[in-house]
Amino acid sequence: MIRTHVLICGGTGCSSSNSMLIADRMEEEVARQGLAEEVKVVRTGCFGLCALGPVMIVYPEGTFYSRVKVEDVPELVEEHLLKGRVVDRLVYREDEGGEEKVEVPSLQETGFYKTQKRVALHNCGLIDPENIEEYIAVDGYAALGKVLTEMTPEQVIQLMKDSGLRGRGGAGFPTGLKWEFAAKNKVPQKYVVCNADEGDPGAFMDRSVLEGDPHAVLEAMAIAGYAIGANKGYIYVRAEYPIAVKRLNIAINQAREYGLLGENIFDTGFNFDIETRLGAGAFVCGEETALITSIEGNRGEPKAKPPFPANKGLFGQPTIINNVETLANIPQIILKGPEWFASMGTEDSKGTKVFALGGKIVNTGLVEIPLGTTLREIIFDIGGGIPNGRKFKAAQTGGPSGGCIPAKFLDTPIDYGNLTRIGSMMGSGGLIVMDDTTCMVDVARFFLDFTVDESCGKCTPCRIGTRRLLEMLDKITSGNGTLEDLDKMEELCNYIKNNSMCALGQTAPNPVLSTLKHFRDEYEAHVVEKRCPAGVCKKLLRFEIVADKCRGCTKCARNCPVGAITGKVKEPHVIDQSKCIKCGACMDGCKFDAIIKK
Amino acid sequence: MKSLQELAAIRERMKNKVALREANGDIRIVVGMATCGIAAGARPVLNALVEAVSKENLENVTVTQTGCIGMCRLEPIVEVFIPDQERVTYVKMTPDKVPEIIEQHIKGGKPVAKYTIGAVEA
Repeated sequence: MIRTHVLICGGTGCSSSNSMLIADRMEEEVARQGLAEEVKVVRTGCFGLCALGPVMIVYPEGTFYSRVKVEDVPELVEEHLLKGRVVDRLVYREDEGGEEKVEVPSLQETGFYKTQKRVALHNCGLIDPENIEEYIAVDGYAALGKVLTEMTPEQVIQLMKDSGLRGRGGAGFPTGLKWEFAAKNKVPQKYVVCNADEGDPGAFMDRSVLEGDPHAVLEAMAIAGYAIGANKGYIYVRAEYPIAVKRLNIAINQAREYGLLGENIFDTGFNFDIETRLGAGAFVCGEETALITSIEGNRGEPKAKPPFPANKGLFGQPTIINNVETLANIPQIILKGPEWFASMGTEDSKGTKVFALGGKIVNTGLVEIPLGTTLREIIFDIGGGIPNGRKFKAAQTGGPSGGCIPAKFLDTPIDYGNLTRIGSMMGSGGLIVMDDTTCMVDVARFFLDFTVDESCGKCTPCRIGTRRLLEMLDKITSGNGTLEDLDKMEELCNYIKNNSMCALGQTAPNPVLSTLKHFRDEYEAHVVEKRCPAGVCKKLLRFEIVADKCRGCTKCARNCPVGAITGKVKEPHVIDQSKCIKCGACMDGCKFDAIIKK
Repeated sequence: MKSLQELAAIRERMKNKVALREANGDIRIVVGMATCGIAAGARPVLNALVEAVSKENLENVTVTQTGCIGMCRLEPIVEVFIPDQERVTYVKMTPDKVPEIIEQHIKGGKPVAKYTIGAVEA
């Protein structure tokens, strides 16, 4: 009889810090202590607190351990699992305003989880994603059963419309409406496609859902198939997500085995099957028409819309494309009702949204909050604030298609409409936090550099326009920009925005436009004063030795990788600016604070 | 899968196996599992409790372990915590005392006096 479950996170973050090895060792050690009949080790999806990985929870006590190492396993098994003594030194403690760290015995009581509302992620970190029976135990496939036996396709579509669910992939198109368009086409062959080509730098929401709860996505696709009259689905997932691909394929095979995919599901005459297709990692393939072309076996390039995929999509047939997170919401909307879902969120944005928190934030990880939560709550209450006591400067949402949100909008409730109004966008949910050591011009440059690489080259405004824009940003960050360049940049941004063929180009200038709007003073400092206020842009930096403070210890000269520092022992040293590569190694090593960065 | 009943059957069979992770028990049964407890035979007692709780579908009961409470000579010790009631300490426990405790105390609300520390020590 199993009395204890040890849940070990098998998400990407924890896996990369050896959590799967910990799970293997745990099983060995449990067996060695003769506890195999009493203790079950479960590998789950992402818990969300990636910064503290590898994490594990021991139930029924609900003890939450963080930063567990392989070496800790014997002690955990002997002390906790055998003798029932919690291993204190590994228990997660919350940092409450710099005072004594507070012990947090249960996950739900932590600041990180307290205000979260997990809908799309509700099984992540709770069930074993490689075991279909655990999914069934938490009401899995009950929504599909209900839809097939009790509802007509029209009722399903109406229910989706009533729920107010909008696409979680970026544009926020109402899901029910999309389904309705496809359902209206009366042709024998239609398709359901799941867009799992998550490409924004710093975004890992869809990855975590696929890794932690793959069956929810399969179930939702089958529901969508029933609603629009499709019998075939494809999941387009990037090959860079090996764990997700593996678990998806395991899930698909198990669902087929249990007759939850395939022919005559629940003896209702409904047939539906799913296959995975691997993407090669092109950002543009997240755009739906490019994704469709790629599934068909062609080079991933977008097509002009209309025709929209709902009318003419995969292999020329009506197709709906839904994002992973959108799909993960659907089984629960069916089971709990559209009113339940619509009761969360704001007027134009119902439900919850998953965000991947990254950058200068204490709790790097995955959070799910009701829409309408403010940025301040996400960053300071859930995210734990900015590390090292630094000051918040901006948050970047929507990845390379989004914009930077300055501190004055910290109290704006986050929803689709509000984010667009303040010059950013929801995007897929990456949220990168920046502090006062981040240079906003450099941030814009970073994202532009990404889009230039990822532009497919089909249309001129995007292919050439983004390249020219990047060159202008390079000019500014190297101290050669003029005020005129700023105006030219703005003009070019608007041109690219209005004339590009697909969303990649249309949104590519957003990082530049939003930083120009909210942080124009930083651009001007680069241009007029030839200075980078955050001290990031290397070409505008200067390291100097203060002669009064320098004791001539020679450490900096020895640390300098390019031999730019010279001077005699016990005499002030000098940096040769023509040789200096601005790496800062001299300053990091100086014991006398004699080196300054200008 | 040919019917909803089939799905429901799997769900029922599996539900108990994941229910453990909800940790929502109002009633806590705590078994002393330090070296002294284990040596005195606490593990069969713990297993009997877990099995009984699961068999009776007592969803609001959590069975967990703890370390040594200091009365090693009276091990195996089992303590029952019910909200708003004084805790009850059972000593010198054996697996065959378990059904009685589950039936009378956990389900019926009346502690089994003869196995408690008061009775055994007196």
